[in-house]
Amino acid sequence: MNDKNAVGVDLGTFWLPRQSSTIAAEMDLGWDVAYWLSVFFFVGIVAAMAYFMWRYRRRSENDITSTVDHSLPIEITWTVIPSIMCVGLFLVGFKGYINASIAPAESYEVQVRAQKWSWKFIYPNGTVADELRVPLGKPVRLIMSSTDVLHSFYVPEFRIKADVVPGNYTTVWFEATELGEKQIFCTEYCGDDHSFMLASVIVLEPAKFQEWLQSTEGPPAGVSPVEHGQKLFARNCASCHTVDGTARVGPTLLKVFGKDEKLADGSTVKVDENYLRESILNPNAKVVFGFQPVMSPFKGLLKDHELDALIAYIKELK
Amino acid sequence: MAESLPISAPHGATPSGTNYLNAEKGILSWLTTVDHKRIGVMYLVSTLIAFGAGGFFALLVRLELIAVGQQIMTNKQYNQAFTLHGAIMVFLFIIPSIPGALANFVLPIMVGAKDVAFPRLNLMSLYIYWLGAIICLGAIVGGGIDTGWTFYTPYSSTVDGGVVAMTMGVFVLGFSSILTGLNFIVTLHKLRAPGQDWFRLPLFLWATYATSIIQVLATPVLAITMLLLAAERLFGLGIFDPALGGDPVLFQHFFWFYSHPAVYIMILPGMGIISDVLSVHARRKIFGYRAIAYSSVALALLSFLVWGHHMFVAGQSELASTIFSFLTFFVAIPSGVKVFNWLSTMWGGSISYTTPMLFTLSFLFLFTIGGLTGVFLGMLSVDVHLHDTYFVIAHFHYVMMGGTVMAFLAGLHHWYPKMFGRMYNETLGRISCLLVFIGFNATFFIQFIMGSRGMPRRYYNYLDQYQSMHAFSTVGSWILGLGFLVMLYNLLTSLTKGAVAPANPWGGVSLEWHTPSPPPTENFHDTPTVNNGPYDYDTLRSAK
Amino acid sequence: MSSHAPAHDSPAGNAQDRSPQFHVGHHWDSADAQFDAGKTGVWLFLVTEILFFGGLFCAFFVFRSWYLEAFVSAHHHLDKVMGGVNTIVLICSSLSMALAVRAAQTNNKNQTVLLSVVTIGFALMFLVIKYFEYAHKFHDGLLPGRYFTYAKAVFPDERIFFGIYFMMTGIHGLHVLIGIGLIGWIAWRAQKGHFSSRYYAPVENVGLYWHLVDLIWIYLFPLLYLVG
Repeated sequence: MNDKNAVGVDLGTFWLPRQSSTIAAEMDLGWDVAYWLSVFFFVGIVAAMAYFMWRYRRRSENDITSTVDHSLPIEITWTVIPSIMCVGLFLVGFKGYINASIAPAESYEVQVRAQKWSWKFIYPNGTVADELRVPLGKPVRLIMSSTDVLHSFYVPEFRIKADVVPGNYTTVWFEATELGEKQIFCTEYCGDDHSFMLASVIVLEPAKFQEWLQSTEGPPAGVSPVEHGQKLFARNCASCHTVDGTARVGPTLLKVFGKDEKLADGSTVKVDENYLRESILNPNAKVVFGFQPVMSPFKGLLKDHELDALIAYIKELK
Repeated sequence: MAESLPISAPHGATPSGTNYLNAEKGILSWLTTVDHKRIGVMYLVSTLIAFGAGGFFALLVRLELIAVGQQIMTNKQYNQAFTLHGAIMVFLFIIPSIPGALANFVLPIMVGAKDVAFPRLNLMSLYIYWLGAIICLGAIVGGGIDTGWTFYTPYSSTVDGGVVAMTMGVFVLGFSSILTGLNFIVTLHKLRAPGQDWFRLPLFLWATYATSIIQVLATPVLAITMLLLAAERLFGLGIFDPALGGDPVLFQHFFWFYSHPAVYIMILPGMGIISDVLSVHARRKIFGYRAIAYSSVALALLSFLVWGHHMFVAGQSELASTIFSFLTFFVAIPSGVKVFNWLSTMWGGSISYTTPMLFTLSFLFLFTIGGLTGVFLGMLSVDVHLHDTYFVIAHFHYVMMGGTVMAFLAGLHHWYPKMFGRMYNETLGRISCLLVFIGFNATFFIQFIMGSRGMPRRYYNYLDQYQSMHAFSTVGSWILGLGFLVMLYNLLTSLTKGAVAPANPWGGVSLEWHTPSPPPTENFHDTPTVNNGPYDYDTLRSAK
Repeated sequence: MSSHAPAHDSPAGNAQDRSPQFHVGHHWDSADAQFDAGKTGVWLFLVTEILFFGGLFCAFFVFRSWYLEAFVSAHHHLDKVMGGVNTIVLICSSLSMALAVRAAQTNNKNQTVLLSVVTIGFALMFLVIKYFEYAHKFHDGLLPGRYFTYAKAVFPDERIFFGIYFMMTGIHGLHVLIGIGLIGWIAWRAQKGHFSSRYYAPVENVGLYWHLVDLIWIYLFPLLYLVG
């Protein structure tokens, strides 16, 4: 489990999390109306029940009970009044929902890619990140899709949720009103690690957000390509490839550079920079003998400088 | 129609005379019977076993959740456990239980008939239920399933495991449900005794009629959905899997088109029981008979219009979501009307705190909470926050368990003397009800809070902040389980050790109380003629 | 059916009228009530069948709206002639079935058997023509889902048309097969003299089922073969 993604959901009231987005208050109005109406009816019904339970308890086998068995005026009353309340409830819910569905025109768009069992956030400049960094006070619109099964993107403190569907795009939008880290849950069952598929929204001052965005353009400052490559490897590759010689879902990358690799179709290829680049971007083009073609392509998910860093790192695995 | 009120029989005596239980002996006579009463008893045993299995998985799930991290199972096993809990409870217990076990037994007697319209079809329904159960068992043991009882695609169309077997098991079970509903509809139309107008029928029968309509109309859609899912897996049909050109949201539409009406298959019979039990044990004519009767049929028909409220955030259009939300509020009204009518029935009554009445009062309390929390979920904006959280889990357990199961238990304790000729121990009955009521609230009320605070459902792992609430809920589940164990002990031992039951222990007026306890195989020696309504207790009093 | 039929066999009845299989269940007041109830039951069952196929029609319409060109293009591979002949075959089978019911109602045992067999004949003809259609599709690789290997598809989504085509015609074909079994059972019972003008419920009820099977094809054929 990725512990760093467990940022927690801060409470605002007894029932609800903090309101950390511009629409949260309106969504919570819906909750409040439903809640107090429910309390009213529940207390009323239970009080009536309790009273009747005492007042009309059986005293003898000869008790005379009421024969009043219908009253049209009463039936109409308790049908019409709740109906009117229901229309009111519907309207409150509808209003909040419509506002939550229509993103402002000037929203900053980020793409969200869901897969079993992690989230990727892709910025307009091509940056791919594991956390969703956003500027405070600016509307952000998420365009989401899944690469495999249904997932669902849920940020309790923003009061937003939408299923993430393969083969389709769904959207949510929000404008964060507080700095800090907000919890993202996957909330549509997606298999073994559904409950570990967490991520976080990191709300930054707009200036700091821009700083971060620019820093992702090129290689990270003060970090050698090999070091950078090692970090990228740990995040993206280590679940299936080792660097110590053991084969897992994918072949080990220890001493792989310069090797003559036998492929599944029987041919051989020399492992050079081009082969490594192709194997990362389009892994099923040449599959190593003895392994299955199950690696997801990283085309579109890694910048050129990141590919360079990975290749530099792999070359050093002697 | 003079009947005397309860008389006690000497302890240790056995019911005398030939009745449906001892008319023919041997297991083969049971397995090949066409007597609706025997079939009802076999359904009762089968569905209670299913309840035990589903409950076992529930206890396992709750035990795993008592603390963060692995307790007794891995994530994969947990996912299978909650899937099986749901699938067994929905398809093998809650849908067949009241119709198959209680309605089967009581409906023909209540209309004044000697059996249902198609007795052999009734037996076939039971056989089909057993076949479906065996196929599901095979799926569990064979490949295992971890898709959730809702089988959403493309996970269910691509994951390894026994999904095809399970869908075929559900397909088969659907036929059992359809044929039972068909049987009841024809029985109610064609086999009512002379004088037995529609508006003289006990409300349990109106509820059963409404339920049967849904069973006949909705279940075929489940059948085709399961078939299409199986075809998707076996042939890569490409209808639900986007990788093959299909649409996962289409699956949800198909699935919920059945499964929403299905929840009314679950609750309507329960509501029918409440009407009858409340009236009898408060010895008070039901208030608003026609309102309750009409609202049952209205619920059945309206239930077909609201399936999309399960899909507000699934990716359907805003227009669709809006229409479904609007219609959902209309489906809420008839249920609310019933609660008010039941309360009015308590007014001016003579309430006796028997076990069936205690279960009925529990139902009123718990179903009110369940129904009101449904309102939260029907509101579009609120549902965005609450969908797929523990709030939803709490809501449906309050209506399905706090509602249907409480009603089922009320009916079971109400008709037990009629079915088995024995009284159970009233003290133990009350204790079990209290334990179940307390345990249920302890388990599930806190889940509303967890859900509104953001805790997602179907989560093996969870954030530390929810741990104390999970632990509390788990302890609640133990109290709930204990309550059921006490009940099981009570009902089983009373079969042989209970006091002999009179024909009419509670002072009811509907026709089932005019036959001996237990009834003879043919229910009535001569077809009765009905001269009064099912809740005319004055006829009892005036007879004295 | 005579509305004055007494509840039990009258020993004084005409030997031709009385059939040994005529049995009124102990819970029925009269034979008419039982007959009536049986028909109601079968009608209810037919309603479930309509909803069952309704789901498939729904899927067809949904996918057609998404992939209109692919559907129109794909449906040209269906043999309208074979489909058309099958339609006529089924309509004839419904006629012979209706006549069989009439024959049972009028105590004509031989005609009942003959017409039932003729109906089965038509049904088998339907299935044979279907077999040839399917064989042709298999040969061309026009198969459902992942087995679709037809190389000359104009649109990639034509495979979905065939997925739906095979599901719909396959399930319909299964119902035809079940119908053959049921009509065969009727023919056998008719041969043994079970039916008469006082008892022909099974014939009528199987007839109702068969007419529905025909009716479903009458919707299937134009939608799949003609419109696409």
